[in-house]
Amino acid sequence: MSDQTLTILLFLVVVAITIGITIWASRETKSAADYYAGGRQFSGLQNGLAVSGDYMSAASFLGISGLISTVGYDGFLYSIGFLVAWLVALLLVAELLRNSGRYTMADQLAYRMNQRQVRTAASLSTVAVSIFYLLAQMVGAGTLVVLLLEVDEGLVKNVVIAGVGALMIFYVTVGGMKGTTWVQIVKAVLLMSGTLLITVLTLMQFNFNVSDMLGAAAEQSGSGQAFLEPGLVYGVTTMAKIDFISLAMALVLGTAGLPHILIRFYTVPTARVARTSVQWAITLIGFFYLMTLVLGFGAAALVGTEEIAAVDPAGNLASPLLAEAVGGGEGSTGGAVLLALIAAVAFATILAVVAGLTLTSASSVAHDLYASVLRKGKATEKDEVRVAKIAAFVIGAIAIGLSILAQDLNIAFLVALAFAVAASANLPSLLYNLFWRRFNTRGAVWAIYGGLVSCVGLVIFSPVVSGPTTGTALFADSDWSYFPLSNPGIVSIPFGFLMGYLGTITSREKASEERYPEFEVRALTGAGSETAHH
Amino acid sequence: MAEDLTTSQQAAYHRIHDSDDFAVLRKRVRGFAFAGTAAFMAWYLLYVLLSSFAVGFMSVQVVGNINIALIFGLLQFASTFLIAVLYSKYAASQLDPISAGLLAEYDKKDV
Repeated sequence: MSDQTLTILLFLVVVAITIGITIWASRETKSAADYYAGGRQFSGLQNGLAVSGDYMSAASFLGISGLISTVGYDGFLYSIGFLVAWLVALLLVAELLRNSGRYTMADQLAYRMNQRQVRTAASLSTVAVSIFYLLAQMVGAGTLVVLLLEVDEGLVKNVVIAGVGALMIFYVTVGGMKGTTWVQIVKAVLLMSGTLLITVLTLMQFNFNVSDMLGAAAEQSGSGQAFLEPGLVYGVTTMAKIDFISLAMALVLGTAGLPHILIRFYTVPTARVARTSVQWAITLIGFFYLMTLVLGFGAAALVGTEEIAAVDPAGNLASPLLAEAVGGGEGSTGGAVLLALIAAVAFATILAVVAGLTLTSASSVAHDLYASVLRKGKATEKDEVRVAKIAAFVIGAIAIGLSILAQDLNIAFLVALAFAVAASANLPSLLYNLFWRRFNTRGAVWAIYGGLVSCVGLVIFSPVVSGPTTGTALFADSDWSYFPLSNPGIVSIPFGFLMGYLGTITSREKASEERYPEFEVRALTGAGSETAHH
Repeated sequence: MAEDLTTSQQAAYHRIHDSDDFAVLRKRVRGFAFAGTAAFMAWYLLYVLLSSFAVGFMSVQVVGNINIALIFGLLQFASTFLIAVLYSKYAASQLDPISAGLLAEYDKKDV
């Protein structure tokens, strides 16, 4: 059996397992609360695994280890931001959100504000963040499969993207939140086990001496000791340093504004379980990033930075190549088996994350735009769920189309952009609403649109989109890069908060202030919150 | 508005809101959340700034090839785990009993 056959076989096993789960879950899904929130009966560990599954995307698994293997320590900075960010979710958001919302991010705003306005705004930013994130995953899936199966680019890549899209539409429309959550749980277990296996095998090569591994990595990287120090990419100029600080802000503040993470807190019965699930997520994600550190430096040491970059300049295949190396190298049975195994895990990762993202945007379109704005709350639950399924289909189709167009975009950039939009547009209104009595509709709407427009606008005028600076800009031949940074967060995040503040103090909304005491009691104690459905 | 509340619900919400227990709960929730956030953000920002502007310091080797930058990075992991554990202990002993009492108060309204 050739390597490719084995890889394809394992891919098919992953697909079969996930389809099985989805069909089982569809039988358990009856009400709207089942479809949107999985019946709210997941345990802390289950939801912690699912949250981790949603979070540890292909960009984390392939992207961060790839970055570490090619640029060294600077790649590690990503993992730290991604982990520390969970404290914002734990301390400020998870429990209060669980108690004050139902199905979508907009619910907690709509409780005390003008529903039509805040739901429209929140739905728009939910879809925007999810689409950027979706693109990153689907482009990644195309690249991964083309490189692993050693097939010609072009048509096959498009077929793979369309196939992933079709599967994701299937998971979401048939399985709903329950199916998607179980797919995440299975994926998280597969990902953690696969990563642990490769980590242990890698450390064994160095007799568990981390210092030796780092030394070998520095030697094989071609950059010497600088490979183990910060600044290889982000320390070249002052502007690069500011760009890095901007990125760091988006990473740490973006997580608690990611809609597909936020709605996971609705799948548990109480705020206490929401807390436990974040704690499980922090534990799992923390150990996962510690392991990617070993994978990244291990890949540099055992495969070599030059070799990794030759296969894929962004380094995205560092982990699969490392798996092959520790399994016995190219041509050996062990190498082929481990390579196929890790590739299948990466594939499962992509499938699960795209499903979570599609469900999130479809829920928001159905629950916020259709049921509340269009039908003014007169839609039946059945109607709402039907529209959610149609929306999943449409969003899936749009994502497939955009991904085929966006094939050459850098995956890490798309993910960073999703985090920046989440931090600029979603986090300000979320925090103001939870903690500030005076906050009102105008404040929420200004914060969301202000953060969204400034963030996307600055990216359009950044060196990532045009100009010769980065060398990989979309329009390298013309230059309208008036904003010098690749990461907009350092400007757009404070701008989102400022707009929320200004919008609030320039208008008075008695109803919003009067309902705050009820909202606050509900958020802090869970009195009157949505309960579990059995 | 998201939903219409009954008079008894509204009365219960306001009774709880005005109670001393609720004032204590709010003070503790906000106290831990704001202080904790300020602490870990300052600690994280220090790390980010040192990584950008004090590369010389971060590059000092401590044991073998393990330098200060790596140790500092791992300390960020440790502090994240630590704050999460401290919060869960604090919440279980200082927050959950009060919120459970208030929730029971709310559920009594229908009796």
